[in-house]
Amino acid sequence: MHRSKIPFLTTLLVLAFFYLPIALLVLNSFNSSRYGTGWQGFSLQWYARLMEREDLLAALRNSLLVAAAASIGSMVLGTAAAFALHLYRSRLQDRHHLLITVPLVLPDVLMGMSLLTLFVALGKSLDLLTVGIAHVTFCISYVALVVQARLQDFDSNIVEAARDLGASRLQAFLRVTLPLLAPGILAGGLLAFTLSIDDYVVTFFVKGPGADTLPTLVYSMIKKSRELPVINALSTFILALTFVVVALAQRLTRPAAR
Amino acid sequence: MPPLLRFENVTKRFGSFTAVDAVTIEIEKGEVFSLLGPSGCGKTTLLRMCAGFETPDAGRILLEGRDITGLPPDERPVNTVFQSYALFPHLSIRDNIAFGLRIAKRPKNEIRNQVDRMLDLVDLTPHADKKPAQVSGGQKQRVAIARALVNKPRVLLLDEPLAALDLKLRQRLLVELDAIHDEVGITFIYVTHDQGEAMSISDRIAVMHCGKVEQIGRPAEIYEAPRTSFVAAFIGDTNFLDATVGMPLEGEFSRACVDGLGEIVIDRDKPVHPGDLVHLSLRPEKILVSREQPSAGPLDNAVQGIVEDVIYFGARTRYWVRCGEWRLCAEIQHRKFLLDEQPPVWGDKVWIRWHANDGYLLEQYHSEDETLLTLPDED
Repeated sequence: MHRSKIPFLTTLLVLAFFYLPIALLVLNSFNSSRYGTGWQGFSLQWYARLMEREDLLAALRNSLLVAAAASIGSMVLGTAAAFALHLYRSRLQDRHHLLITVPLVLPDVLMGMSLLTLFVALGKSLDLLTVGIAHVTFCISYVALVVQARLQDFDSNIVEAARDLGASRLQAFLRVTLPLLAPGILAGGLLAFTLSIDDYVVTFFVKGPGADTLPTLVYSMIKKSRELPVINALSTFILALTFVVVALAQRLTRPAAR
Repeated sequence: MPPLLRFENVTKRFGSFTAVDAVTIEIEKGEVFSLLGPSGCGKTTLLRMCAGFETPDAGRILLEGRDITGLPPDERPVNTVFQSYALFPHLSIRDNIAFGLRIAKRPKNEIRNQVDRMLDLVDLTPHADKKPAQVSGGQKQRVAIARALVNKPRVLLLDEPLAALDLKLRQRLLVELDAIHDEVGITFIYVTHDQGEAMSISDRIAVMHCGKVEQIGRPAEIYEAPRTSFVAAFIGDTNFLDATVGMPLEGEFSRACVDGLGEIVIDRDKPVHPGDLVHLSLRPEKILVSREQPSAGPLDNAVQGIVEDVIYFGARTRYWVRCGEWRLCAEIQHRKFLLDEQPPVWGDKVWIRWHANDGYLLEQYHSEDETLLTLPDED
């Protein structure tokens, strides 16, 4: 039977649609041209410039810090929420479930605005901590939903079996429940990490002066900087980092997945 | 000596539903004891209370005379084989079996020896390093049994352990389970809704219905001497006859009158008096079907009827015979050597015959239990 070429062509087109802009960006980071209008020879000068830009490196450090805090915080709270939703059913839990899902569709502007209002009302000065708290807030939902999905096809008899074989509640959790849920929790954490590291809108509302994360700094640079290719270099660097993290995560989750 | 395990007036309610209703059962050491009943009869709840997953609302559970009613599952010297097997998917077969011993912090070499012995017992040594997802259903079942047995429990609780397997495998594992029981000598409590399984593996059976125990006894007692209409109809198949006791005969026999059928002879194995209304259970295989009028002794009942339905099962044939206002079910083994005998067919006039001993007087009768009987469609 003759196999249609259409699926193959579609795949190519989709890949091109996704990766062409990124490829262009990576290419331009090695372009010695300042405006990227044409190829003017291979150069690592923008990477050299990047190393000299203290503000960019500080923003990168801030972003990584916030993303790490947001993923760890949302992993703990999101997993707890998922357990609560899974184990106890009540009218109150229906509201709980609604509250967990709403942030997924809530406009970022609204979220940022409400968090800002809250921090101001509390008299909390805006800094990295407020950014971290804000990020945990919107990341919880994602972790909770991923873990809850994992819990749904979790045979509760398995935990009973562990208890039956002499394990205390804690032992059963540590030896059975946690290892089985780990891939789900980790996947939720990674999702939180990626959501946090590229968040602009919410961060913009709750960041303090001088406490820029990468997205907010890059945005302000586009408007005034003459060194746009430095951003290309930075993006390429982050891209490489992301690939490494994703590859690691896949490695980590493989043995646990059946 | 006290029994190994005693349920004492155990009651469990879920909301307004009473799952287990004041059940008292005593189980002896080394027995295979089955809890048999339809789904929702409370057998699994009773087992879960024994394992510690549910707490009774009333009553006590005593193990070797010690009250274990309030103990959590990890402090009870009993282990469970779950219907879904509940193997740990992230651990190898070997680590699954070793789980209990590791939790109990046994020495390493003891764990290795015990696990090897169990792997050998359930014939899984070549699969020891596989994950549960990589072995078949029957093998998973054996891992679940080994994982529980390795802890040398005082009682092994089996919750419908074969229900998820196909018929042939079920029959084979049943034999294996019996062999394992003989080898380890541990007391088994076996929950099932399958009367065949319960009959073949049990030393004693408790038949449960609506949270209550209907009858406890050896398989043959349960089958041959059912106490209630539920037991008679749930275990195997039967015919129910309503009769009015008449004049007593010699020995423990009496005449009795069945409306719409005629006069019969019954075995008066319970104290009854002339005029009493009694209910008889008459197993299909006790009834003989023949074309010619049978030579009936004084204690035989012979009635003429018309075959209304025939079902061929291979080993047996089942007839529904219309006798007066009654339709009786009879089951006949085939006798190949009587080649010239043509089996009765639909519409034939036949005689049915049974001995007075073959009918059994029920202590309790509920007409709704008749719905449990197998009946062909009414025309």
